[in-house]
Order: sequence, then structure tokens, then C-alpha cells
Amino acid sequence: MDWQPLILTFQLAFITTLLLFIIAIPISHWLSFTKSKVKPIIETIISMPIVLPPTVLGFYFLLAFSPGNTFGSWLDNTFGLQLVFSFSGLVLASMIYSLPFMVHPILSGLSNLPDSLSNASYLMGHGKWRTLTKVLLPNIRPSLVSGIILSFAHTIGEFGVILMIGGNIPGKTKVASIAIYDEVESMNYAAANRYSLILFLMAFFILLSVYLINRNSKNQSLI
Amino acid sequence: MIDIDIKKELQSPDGTMILALNEVIKQGEFIALYGPSGAGKTSTLELLAGIMKPDEGHIKVNGESWFYNSKSLPIQDRKIAYMFQDYALFPNMTVEENIQFAAKKNSPKTRIADLIKQMQLDELADKFPRSLSGGQKQRVALARAMAQEPNILLLDEPLSALDTNTRLSLQNYIKELHQSLGLTTIMISHDISEIIKLADRVIKLDNGKITGIGTPVETFMQRELSGKFKFTGEVINIQQQGFIYIVTVLIQNNPIKVIAQKTEVEDLEIGEKVVVASKAFNPIVYKLTK
Repeated sequence: MDWQPLILTFQLAFITTLLLFIIAIPISHWLSFTKSKVKPIIETIISMPIVLPPTVLGFYFLLAFSPGNTFGSWLDNTFGLQLVFSFSGLVLASMIYSLPFMVHPILSGLSNLPDSLSNASYLMGHGKWRTLTKVLLPNIRPSLVSGIILSFAHTIGEFGVILMIGGNIPGKTKVASIAIYDEVESMNYAAANRYSLILFLMAFFILLSVYLINRNSKNQSLI
Repeated sequence: MIDIDIKKELQSPDGTMILALNEVIKQGEFIALYGPSGAGKTSTLELLAGIMKPDEGHIKVNGESWFYNSKSLPIQDRKIAYMFQDYALFPNMTVEENIQFAAKKNSPKTRIADLIKQMQLDELADKFPRSLSGGQKQRVALARAMAQEPNILLLDEPLSALDTNTRLSLQNYIKELHQSLGLTTIMISHDISEIIKLADRVIKLDNGKITGIGTPVETFMQRELSGKFKFTGEVINIQQQGFIYIVTVLIQNNPIKVIAQKTEVEDLEIGEKVVVASKAFNPIVYKLTK
């Protein structure tokens, strides 16, 4: 059995989750305290990938990143970035695709903390950064873990976006979900079944861990 | 000295309300904010602390401008300790870490140890807030407030959730700290006996406006004392017995039965604050034996 697609899937999921974690914290933090009028618009944009067919996203990524396009050629000329049919393109697309799965748990964790916690910290002379890292984030650990696990799982389950902008290049863009499609197309049901079974079991245990964490966090054992 | 003259539009369940405050509070004063819920008491504290910004006006503290022309002194620079109604103890930190987090960077380590001792928290130092009782949390919150070495102490109904004994001992703590550190303290309270015990002046708020300022005695006992016995308490029961009524009033934590006439009872309701006064000419004083 060719393990390459599975390894690539995990690499993609790992890098995507790591980068998402880093950018989702400031986004969620800002959303949790802002009274800005653009907040609903930002929230809508972040949540769009939940309802849009992945092919719609993939289609627009394909248009935007294509070197024949102004934005795509600018990326290529300025940064030497070619995002279509490349691994870095997959990472960027996956990040946008899985963004709501990271932002929503962190945002709901932060919003559920009483305002008095951050205000107390500010009144002690601590700035926003120190308050976030020492007071807010340590108290929403279950939400952080949920966000990480859900984004990881969601990226593993990605198919449509990758098919549109990644194609099927072994070792570069051929992730497990694409490999399954590929094997079925060539009537290779045994191989498709092996990949599917592995993904099926992984999805089960990943989601099980989220529900176990959520149950425990009600008993506050994670805090 | 706190010189405050501001306006702020607030959203309340009954629509918008304009909170208008104009008052000077002297250095070292102990002020009680008193009024019905929704009067703007907590908002007043939040405006002073910088959690909320006024729409217009100014706040000046000891000659320093805290708010003027929509320029606001950052919340971090105000040297205010605020004891929130929910205590706002950090759940991820132990009692000691909570106090340490509040202390200034250059404050000596012995100070935290002293505070822990002074507030009798030695045995709780390694515990997390979730395992503490209400009274213990309150003591930690007070110790933490003191660790900040504030100039101004704001208390939002600090003792409302506590039983009477804990309440009384913490009232003493607050009074001691207020006096020994020369703090300017502003406390929201609904408890008249607490206000009389602690406050120098009472500011009465209703619907966003100051409706009265005076000493606690002036505010809550309109008539002269004139040697009569007067106690404030809460009506907990009204019972008719033949032609007369028996009104049970809770004073401190003692229920006291008072005989009343129909005219006196007519506009009384259970839960109302009342003064029980006696015209006793020659009261008897007993020594309490323990």
C-alpha cells in the first residue's frame, strides 16, 4: 500500500492547524471584545466555508491564484509563490476552508469568560497581550483543544477544494481523500477501502476525543 | 480628590437612560452608592475605572486628567483596585498566584507573604479559587486588591452573598484597610446597616441621577435622633391578631416582633426597610454575659 497520500494528508492537516491556531487567536480575541460595525461582516466571511460547497471556494481560489491572473502573477513575481497545483496553495486554501472550525470554539470560549476577568487584569496594570496569554487563554483550554482537533479533522476530510486547486500530483497534492477517488475511478476497490477505513476510524476517534473533552470541561477538570 | 462631571447614555431594560454625575469626592473619603437596581451604580464604578467611557464631561483625579475631550487615561494607569461582584479571581491561578499577579513588579516578595498572613489565607495559598467558599473568595479578592497598592478602591456589593458573621468580620477588614492605607473608597451597597457602619457619605442614585447626598444618618433617618431608640431592619412578616397586627422585623440577624395598628401596617410590605423606634423614657441596660 502506498502510504504517501496518508502522510501528505497529515502534513497538510498539521501545518494548516498550526498556522490556523496562530492566526485564529488574535481574530477571536478581537471579535470577542469589539463593538465595531464590521463585526457581523467579518463573522459572516469566516463562517462562509461551512455553508458554501467546497467547489465554489476551490473555483475562486483557482481563478485568483492562477498565474494568468493579476493577483496570481503578482504573487509569482513578488514572492515566487505559485499557489495552484502546489502544496503551499493547499495549505492556504485549507486554512480558509477550516478557519471557522478554529475560530468558533475559541471565540465562544472567550465570549463565555466574564468581562470582569480581563478588566481586573487591566486594572492591575497588565496590557492586552499579557492578559490574553496569562488570564484568558489558560481559562479556555478545552475550547483551544476543541478548535485544534476540529480543524485538524476537517482538513483531513477536505476533498472538493483540493480537487479544484491541487489536482492529483503524487507527493505534492495527492492527499488521502483524493487517492480514494482516484482508486475508485480505476476500479481499485481494495485500495480505496484501505484508505477509507483508516480515515473512517481516525474521524471516529478524533470526534470521540472532542466529545470526551467537552464532557470533562463541564466538570472543569481541564481548567 | 476625584472631580467627576460626566454624562453617559446607557441602555437599560426600560429603554435608554442618561447617567449624569457631578460630584467631588475628597481624598480618603468612604462613599456608599445607594439606589435601586438599574440606577447606574455599577456603571458609575466602570466609568471611574475606565472600563466604560463617558460620552461627555471630565474626570479629574488629584489634578490629573482621566477623561477630557474623549481623551481617556488608559485603564492600566489608574491605580484602581476594583472588587467585582463575582470577585473575578483568575480560575487558572492559585490564591497566591492571584495575589502575585496583582502585585507590582518591583514590590518586595515579603509583601505578598504579609498580605496572605494578614488576610488569614495561609492555608489557602495553594488552593484554586473554585475550591473556596464565598467568604474565602472575598478575602482573596480583598488581599489581591491590596496587593495592587491602589489609591482608589471600588467595591461592587462586595458582601452581598455572605452570611452575617462573615459579613461583619469583612466589614471590619475593609474599614481597617481603608483607614490604614488612606484609600478613597467607593462601595455599592444595599445594606443600610453596612453603609452606616462604613461610609462617610452616601450618594443616592435613581434612574441615572444623583437624588441625594449626605451622611448615612442624614440619609436614612430623616428625623433627629433625640435620644430615642432607632434601628433599621427589614419586614419579614405581618400577621393580624384580632384588632392588632404583629410585624416581624429583622434587625441585624435578630427577628423582632412589634405590635402595630392597622393604619401603620396599611402601606407596609414584606421586604421593605423600616425604622423601629421606641419612645422609651427609661431604658434598661443589661450587661451581656458570655
